[in-house]
Amino acid sequence: MFYRWLSVVHRHRASRGWRNWSSARSSASVATEHSVALPAQAQVVICGGGIMGTSVAYHLSKMGWKDIVLLEQGRLAAGSTRFCAGIVSTARHLSIEQKMADYSNKLYHQLEQETGIQTGYIRTGSIFLAQTQDRLISLKRINSRLNVIGIPSEIISLKKVAELHPLLNVHDLVGAMHVPEDAVVSSADVALALASAASQNGVQIYDRTSVLHVMVKKGEVTGVETDKGQIECQYFVNCAGQWAYELGLANEEPISIPLHACEHFYLLTRPWETPLHSSMPTVMDADGRIYIRNWQGGILSGGFEKTPKPIFTEGKNQLEIQNLQEDWDHFEPLLSSLLRRMPELETLEIVKLVNCPETFTPDMRCIMGESPLVQGYFVLAGMNSAGLSFGGGAGKYLAEWMVHGYPSESVWELDLKRFGALQSSRTFLRHRVMEVMPLLYDLKVPRWDFQTGRQLRTSPLYDRLDAQGARWMEKHGFERPKYFVPPDKDLLALEQSKTFYKPDWFDIVESEVKCCKEAVCVIDMSSFTKFEITSTGDQALEILQYLFSNDLDVPVGHIVHTGMLNEGGGYENDCSIARLNKRSFFMISPTDQQVHCWAWLKKHMPRDSDLLLEDVTWKYTALNLIGPRAVDVLSELSYAPMTPDHFPSLFCKEMSVGYANGIRVMSMTHTGEPGFMLYIPIEYALHVYNEVMSVGQKYGIRNAGYYALRSLRIEKFFAFWGQDLNTLTTPLECGRESRVKLDKGMDFIGRDALLQQRQNGVYKRLTMFILDDHDTDLDLWPWWGEPIYRNGQYAGKTTSSAYSYTLERHVCLGFVHNFSEDTGEEQVVTADFINRGEYEIDIAGHRFQAKAKLYPVTSLFTHKRRKEDVELSDLQGK
Amino acid sequence: MCVCPGPRRIGIPVRSSSLPLFSDAMPAPTQMFFPMIRNCELSRIYGTACYCHHKHLCCSPPYIPQSRLRYTPHPAYATFSRPKENWWQYTQGRRYVSTPQKFYLTPPQVNSILKANEYSFKVPEFDGKNVSSVLGFDSNQLPANAPIEDRRSAATCLQTRGMLLGVFDGHAGCACSQAVSERLFYYIAVSLLPHETLLEIENAVESGRALLPILQWHKHPNDYFSKEASKLYFNSLRTYWQELIDLNTGESADIDVKEALINAFKRLDNDISLEAQVGDPNSFLNYLVLRVAFSGATACVAHVDGVDLHVANTGDSRAMLGVQEEDGSWSAVTLSNDHNAQNESEVERLKLEHPKNEAKSVVKQDRLLGLLMPFRAFGDVKFKWSIDLQKRVIESGPDQLNDNEYTKFIPPNYYTPPYLTAEPEVTYHRLRPQDKFLVLATDGLWETMHRQDVVRIVGEYLTGMHHQQPIAVGGYKVTLGQMHSLLTERRAKMSSVFEDQNAATHLIRHAVGNNEFGSVDHERLSKMLSLPEELARMYRDDITIIVVQFNSHVVGAYQNQE
Repeated sequence: MFYRWLSVVHRHRASRGWRNWSSARSSASVATEHSVALPAQAQVVICGGGIMGTSVAYHLSKMGWKDIVLLEQGRLAAGSTRFCAGIVSTARHLSIEQKMADYSNKLYHQLEQETGIQTGYIRTGSIFLAQTQDRLISLKRINSRLNVIGIPSEIISLKKVAELHPLLNVHDLVGAMHVPEDAVVSSADVALALASAASQNGVQIYDRTSVLHVMVKKGEVTGVETDKGQIECQYFVNCAGQWAYELGLANEEPISIPLHACEHFYLLTRPWETPLHSSMPTVMDADGRIYIRNWQGGILSGGFEKTPKPIFTEGKNQLEIQNLQEDWDHFEPLLSSLLRRMPELETLEIVKLVNCPETFTPDMRCIMGESPLVQGYFVLAGMNSAGLSFGGGAGKYLAEWMVHGYPSESVWELDLKRFGALQSSRTFLRHRVMEVMPLLYDLKVPRWDFQTGRQLRTSPLYDRLDAQGARWMEKHGFERPKYFVPPDKDLLALEQSKTFYKPDWFDIVESEVKCCKEAVCVIDMSSFTKFEITSTGDQALEILQYLFSNDLDVPVGHIVHTGMLNEGGGYENDCSIARLNKRSFFMISPTDQQVHCWAWLKKHMPRDSDLLLEDVTWKYTALNLIGPRAVDVLSELSYAPMTPDHFPSLFCKEMSVGYANGIRVMSMTHTGEPGFMLYIPIEYALHVYNEVMSVGQKYGIRNAGYYALRSLRIEKFFAFWGQDLNTLTTPLECGRESRVKLDKGMDFIGRDALLQQRQNGVYKRLTMFILDDHDTDLDLWPWWGEPIYRNGQYAGKTTSSAYSYTLERHVCLGFVHNFSEDTGEEQVVTADFINRGEYEIDIAGHRFQAKAKLYPVTSLFTHKRRKEDVELSDLQGK
Repeated sequence: MCVCPGPRRIGIPVRSSSLPLFSDAMPAPTQMFFPMIRNCELSRIYGTACYCHHKHLCCSPPYIPQSRLRYTPHPAYATFSRPKENWWQYTQGRRYVSTPQKFYLTPPQVNSILKANEYSFKVPEFDGKNVSSVLGFDSNQLPANAPIEDRRSAATCLQTRGMLLGVFDGHAGCACSQAVSERLFYYIAVSLLPHETLLEIENAVESGRALLPILQWHKHPNDYFSKEASKLYFNSLRTYWQELIDLNTGESADIDVKEALINAFKRLDNDISLEAQVGDPNSFLNYLVLRVAFSGATACVAHVDGVDLHVANTGDSRAMLGVQEEDGSWSAVTLSNDHNAQNESEVERLKLEHPKNEAKSVVKQDRLLGLLMPFRAFGDVKFKWSIDLQKRVIESGPDQLNDNEYTKFIPPNYYTPPYLTAEPEVTYHRLRPQDKFLVLATDGLWETMHRQDVVRIVGEYLTGMHHQQPIAVGGYKVTLGQMHSLLTERRAKMSSVFEDQNAATHLIRHAVGNNEFGSVDHERLSKMLSLPEELARMYRDDITIIVVQFNSHVVGAYQNQE
């Protein structure tokens, strides 16, 4: 299906030397004759001969796997890879993305030497321009994070910008960042070089072979059906780029890979009068929405416009593919922006406007990993137009994942399992990618939320809460309240909370937090993933004891906080499990664990047992009653004593609330504050909410949102999975020894690793930092990912942060490492090591002093108010 | 005696100096409840404005028939714009004296006025395929009278195929145009129904079962239907189909659309006349049917079914087809003839229908009996009934009718009624792929714009919206700078088009706001739209426009089938 495209490309190449790749074509091993019959079986079949597929093949073969077949429906490197703008840029927002890009850059750098194939690699460096102060802050944040992982970069003056790139108009800029080691490269040649190296290592490559679908038996990959016959295989890797979605759905058991293509345009020009030097740095003008690189003496410039054109919504469409034309009217804003940035280019003659579809995902991060439904089905796609920058690193991580069972870095942020079937609607994807594509160059401020594809999953109380002023955020499709705007607040002013400084909801959240501390608040927390595990005999307990690190053989009615660990002792999930009766357990996990946790449990549960695992997320509405008066509200509603004597902490009981019976009441709040979680069958939700609100009135009840919850839990040093904890952090590394029962009498996953770790000590430690000299009103707020310095040495990064209204300070959580000053090697971190350090947190280049704590501030747990502190104002409703 | 108050249709002989100039512009009851003194004041205050208006538009010898000038090609049009311009400046001067403070409308205010009545309908697509030859239509109206006397209707025939669209221009009040707008399409639809369907409906009525729906209306919220008269109207309609059933000879001959249209028009006019003669025990309804009969309305109705386009016209509204030539340019094909003094065959027809001695009086000063501008119309029983009948009905009618100067007045030289008919002239056109759209509009539009300009503006609007030719560099030497200025130019052009989402609104914007260069002048637009209600009628007529867009693919497919 790419033939027609290709023929166009060929003509260009012939006439204008569009891309120089002849050297690659001559290496015979790559272009295998397609008349050759396919092998009957292989260990791995990779679908897709773009940069992703070849990179996976390259890395797998390097790691010793030889029995690999790579299939490409057209020609190698002919899809988005061919049309890629060829910029390798390491300045990314996520650490994992920075690492992937850094690795890719290093890989491409030496690829020509390794394979003898010219890749056109030139280390041009790149300049990121800031037209606004906020953009400069954003660049400074990236800059400080790049530096600590060893990628040179600096914030430079405008004078320096003009020196580096004389054609740039710098008059409307406020600053810039220079990343000298960024490069440009011919992406198609890189893919061919990788393919050539892979084939030298034994990988067999077949082009013009389309994968029709993947054969699955008993939840495992057994083979691949192609238009040239079948191949039996153990592993299948879907690197089909923009066609990955369709290929996933082509299976008997469909695999949802949520991605969608948008048209992407860039411009090619003829050489300038004095051809531009090939080492001219690449320019990223995000405020102008464009990038500019040198190209054969002229320039190549494209961008991410505000109004993207999604394409192929209805799947592969021959007509659309053939009609991918230049759309100059669409490109006009970007061209204006380009000429504003480089006015002298007016006289440059146009070669063409290239239209190359790029693939985008619902959350702007790529998709990698194993399918939750089919073992051995791996995916690497959805690169959000950074395929070349990520290609090398992503291929490496995926290869590690396949060979070792897990990658060497935590890639949860990119894991396919963060999505479920619910993100797979074509309409949703179409609307969401129209937001994602411009977002690539939009300013990313703390706590932004997607605007499209909302209100998909809501609690039954959504309308009630919305009418009371709730502002919403979305997690895994579920709407959650952030905070409640009081009726007297000016709404218009509140919409401008997009800032790196103190946001305008500060006072609102403060009053919610106060109410949690002094009276009682209700937070709708229905989004949490809820599973029930039941069995006829003791199997449920047995399997849970094996899967979880804490001891679950507790009396009925008790709740256990525990981790679901992997072989390395790292957290696959962090959850609370209530023992409902001898043989049935209720498990509460973070919202985005719905797919991952399910897959993990299914994978480890014996195939043919009478264990019953049920996802009951949708069955219950969860209300969190936080605060000292929650006891009074509940006892009034249930006519049951709720004092700690009768209802101790971490206890679960089914009881009646108001008229409704069978409400699961749990004495925990996920914040360390006193209170209860109510798990309410959804048909009772409105009733219970109304009862709680009306009875609660005299106790000063009010609604609260997740921002209040966040502030409460972080000041109490409550780490959350997905933010602070990931698959590479163990309970011992975050002070949760008490939640691990190494001696519970039976083996559990990760026990050996933990035993060893207990003996050897930990190499990082989750620590709480209280910012000392930080002015909440005037200084930049921490977010996450800020570098931590110990005695002036880089020691790690923060994972989350919040303002503590009780301590009146910012609190950050983060991991402290002990990097050897001489070798940079990681060393054991002890409590002593933490306590004896002087700490600083780097927020956008400015370092703030911080106090490190290994345990939460104890005074926060005492709720006794002294008599003489009572004021008249305590008598009024909050 | 020249007694033409502006471009209004009916002139009334001035009997006393206190006779209000605006009497015929208002519906009879309203006028009756206005104290006489107010009318006197009005005529005193606006006397000067009226005078100047006469001087330039009516009384300058000879009376400038604007519509005739519209038929001449461009140069003449250009000369026309000059006196109009003078007239404008002059009246501006006058206005300045009377209202010293100037007030202009901001562009959003202008837009909200222009868009107040706009309506769009897209024919729904099923399975991504649109089988209708009509893509949809845009309609809008801009009042000059208060209340507006124009009406519009659009409906899909549910029991037969096809879509009906019509504009109705009322005079001497809005009662008749209102009645026609809500009734005519039912008469047409019934005329088109096969015998079996008529029987089925009649049986359903008889046995109290649910009726088959006949029409799917596409109405703007401001387009209302009279609830009170609904029962009366239904009974008349039922009598009509009962007669159709009785008349049926049993052969299921194909129904001829042309004949159906003519029958429907004539029958409705007949019913209007009969209802007024018979009266109604309910005093409100009785007064209503009389007002309907004594006021008048022209009608221009299009029936589109596949490639078959019929236009039935009574009066001086007009249907214009927009044709895109192979080179992309636009040309206008008129699908209706105006029934007024500018149409020689109409004048001839009138003269033939009446004795020779009336030849001079039947069309006088380009008006029927020196009074009425359109030569065919619904209602207007003053021009249809015998003098006896008129007197009898008025005398037995309610007091309001009796006190009305206009209704009591018998046209001069009224010897051999009827002088007026509602019988339409029906034209047939077989749609071709190059026929892109149809404009139906009342004379308020055609007075101000040449048909060629109308078609060009709509054509450019529609294509600009759908397929502005994409630019391709293909082999030419183009620099970034050149491309940039080309693109900015295109965008500027697009944004002016995109201001309106409705082709009819876009046309009205041009009709009201065009300067001598043919482009919209905001200042002029603002002045025209901020005229006080009483003055607006001096400068323009009610404008009602429907733009029907055809689906060239479907039309082409029809063509290929045969």
